[in-house]
Amino acid sequence: MTTAEPISGADIVLRSLVDLGVDVVFGYPGGAVLPLYDAIFQQNHIRHILVRHEQAALHAAEGYARSTGKPGVALVTSGPGATNAVTGLTDALLDSIPVVCLTGQVATHLIGNDAFQEADTVGITRPCTKHNYLVKDVANLAYVMHEAFYVATSGRPGPVVIDLPKDIQVAKAPYIRPSKAQHRSYRPQIKGDLASIKEAVDLLAKAKKPIIYIGGGIINSGPAASQLLRELVRLTGYPITSTLMGLGAFPSHDPHFLGMLGMHGTYEANLAMHGCDVMLCLGARFDDRVTGRVDAFSPHSKKIHVDIDRSSINKNVHVDIGIVGDAGHVIEDMIKIWKSKICKPDEKALKTWWKQIDEWRGRKCLAYAKRDDIIMPQYAIERLYALTKNKNPYITTEVGQHQMWAAQFFGFDKPNHWMTSGGLGTMGYGLPAAIGAQIAHPEALVIDIAGEASILMNIQELSTAVQHRLPVKVFILNNEYMGMVRQWQDLTYGGRYAESYTAALPDFVRLAEAFGASGLRVSNPADLDATIQEMMKIDGPVLVDCRVAKLENCFPMMPSGAAHNEMILSAEDAGLSPISDEGKALV
Amino acid sequence: MSVPVQEIARHTISVVVDNEAGVLARVIGLFSGRGYNIDSLTVASVSEDAKTSRITVVTSGTPMVIEQIKAQLDRLVPVHVVADLTLEGPSVERELALVKVAGVGEHRVEALRLADAFRAHVVDSTNSSFVFELTGKSTKIDAFLNLMRELGLVEVARTGIVALARGKTGLES
Ligand SMILES: Cc1ncc(C[n+]2csc(CCOP(=O)(O)OP(=O)(O)O)c2C)c(N)n1
Ligand SMILES: [Mg+2]
Repeated sequence: MTTAEPISGADIVLRSLVDLGVDVVFGYPGGAVLPLYDAIFQQNHIRHILVRHEQAALHAAEGYARSTGKPGVALVTSGPGATNAVTGLTDALLDSIPVVCLTGQVATHLIGNDAFQEADTVGITRPCTKHNYLVKDVANLAYVMHEAFYVATSGRPGPVVIDLPKDIQVAKAPYIRPSKAQHRSYRPQIKGDLASIKEAVDLLAKAKKPIIYIGGGIINSGPAASQLLRELVRLTGYPITSTLMGLGAFPSHDPHFLGMLGMHGTYEANLAMHGCDVMLCLGARFDDRVTGRVDAFSPHSKKIHVDIDRSSINKNVHVDIGIVGDAGHVIEDMIKIWKSKICKPDEKALKTWWKQIDEWRGRKCLAYAKRDDIIMPQYAIERLYALTKNKNPYITTEVGQHQMWAAQFFGFDKPNHWMTSGGLGTMGYGLPAAIGAQIAHPEALVIDIAGEASILMNIQELSTAVQHRLPVKVFILNNEYMGMVRQWQDLTYGGRYAESYTAALPDFVRLAEAFGASGLRVSNPADLDATIQEMMKIDGPVLVDCRVAKLENCFPMMPSGAAHNEMILSAEDAGLSPISDEGKALV
Repeated sequence: MSVPVQEIARHTISVVVDNEAGVLARVIGLFSGRGYNIDSLTVASVSEDAKTSRITVVTSGTPMVIEQIKAQLDRLVPVHVVADLTLEGPSVERELALVKVAGVGEHRVEALRLADAFRAHVVDSTNSSFVFELTGKSTKIDAFLNLMRELGLVEVARTGIVALARGKTGLES
């Protein structure tokens, strides 16, 4: 859609969005974006979803992106609109989510004058975006729009900000759709180096105690990568574990899957990481939540690391073979080479290895004491999963114990159905992310598994859900505590619960009703199933206040400063191994 | 252990970037945000069409950190080329300094004599002061400054290091 006659910058933005395949924008108006809003008012290609806080616009865009694989788009005003967006941008940066955020800015001649609602948006967002732009000439606007989407979605995806001074939104220029020329300097590497991939396959084929460790890179690569991964696992018969971000990329019920690894990962996954002789890391980044103490991390293994971002390789952990490329492409090449070389796994060694793994599995590290007087949080998630799984729900979470229990007890079999703030750990993420996912999948069941503290950080978004008739379900595991904080205080600070109890919690049922949503409460295990079914039956947003055991802690746990083989399996264990001072200094 | 002990070494890195607003802030922000050292940094537009600039940054770190620095620089959207001149064959490095020395009598004569020995040029003089212009390796400039300290050194301005690989090829060819 190229136009010869000049059109306004605001119209150029909208035409670009249409040409880029965008159909929805999450936003909040203000003085510096009025021309854009006026243009939105006068068209009907792009749907605008009015949120109630700019942070939520970003998380909604993330939820949209993660559940579709397409970029999410947010629109906010200058100054406070832009600064409110910063948490969402940082969240998208750390979790590599493609998001484009349009920010209004004061007119170009006012920039630098401390004008009303002026903030140095490109300065503030430089370290929390993959890239950002300040458009100072309307003639460049179309090009910047298209480049921004390319940068956000290609290579390692991430957030991009386009700062749009008000006069640029008004000024006119012809809209010329840029040709898909190669970028001057930005060229992500998609195909991996073949020689290194061959070397990796040789190493894999010789492994006696292999492990495949996957992360969000598989999800970002697209659904084909998940399929290829299944083939690789079928071909090799090797055990596989996933980070928090990678859940769903490999079916959780496949016997090869050892569960999540890391701080709250399973005993078998972490010990397999510790004891393996060859590690194949696909699209994960050796984050400290995964590695534990780096100098004791998987000490006897040769490591292969496949990542689209060269800077992820050898950043935290030294690897033997680093392959820069898209995980899906590299897995495809690995499979081809494995087949053409007629590689065979070392069946005998593998059998011994699986026997060892099954022994670790036998510890049943996720077991917990069921009770019939109180709902155990783990049980709540188990029932939620059992009763909703045939609907293929999209699950988002807030941050805390409930998030880890969701990761441990909800089964994910498909990519793009699990959305949680992994890298930044942003309380308040789940509800707006659920809204974004629900917009993308209007008919689907979308559930935010929440904590009572986190949900209050973006509770205003219930209003968004009601306005846009989005039937998102918020399932609060209400333990009255910032449970994860309290758990650390238990383990590290002698049970001194400084400020981790939330007194004066609202009545969540009446709160939901005040917003025009429905509220349900359950505290008896016998009523749990009926409440979940009731939640699903209600055609509209629902807040469930699920009262759970208040002092339950989340295990297994690899305490900070500990190694994979130093996990705590239960509360009794926890008493035995006090955390070192070094551990206390780690987050 | 999986992390080998690594020695800290000094590296000179050339970075060709788009000559646009904010690029230098991106580069510097990357160094400060990730806790890397900047021993010296220079930047100027170098292409005929003024579209690209060249940054020369001297940094130090273990081989793992230096690899990180290069990968992180390369990841910035407006960065065209990153080259580690310290690793990629021989290179030449130069720095320019302007050195103001004030004094009379013996000191003044001695300063001038030493400047001559260092091939420094006099670019300004009064009857009680000189400004010398000196180019060379940073060590040479350090040595000159040490001598001048006893002879009335007033102030000094240094450019930081610029460097090129030896031989006939350029970074972008
Ligand atoms: C914005 C933000 N502030 C603070 C924290 C630190 N933090 C991590 S978990 C947590 C407690 C969360 O409590 P709740 O939502 O009730 O979840 P629970 O752990 O009880 O399941 C806090 C305060 C955070 N992750 N994000
Ligand atoms: Mg709680």
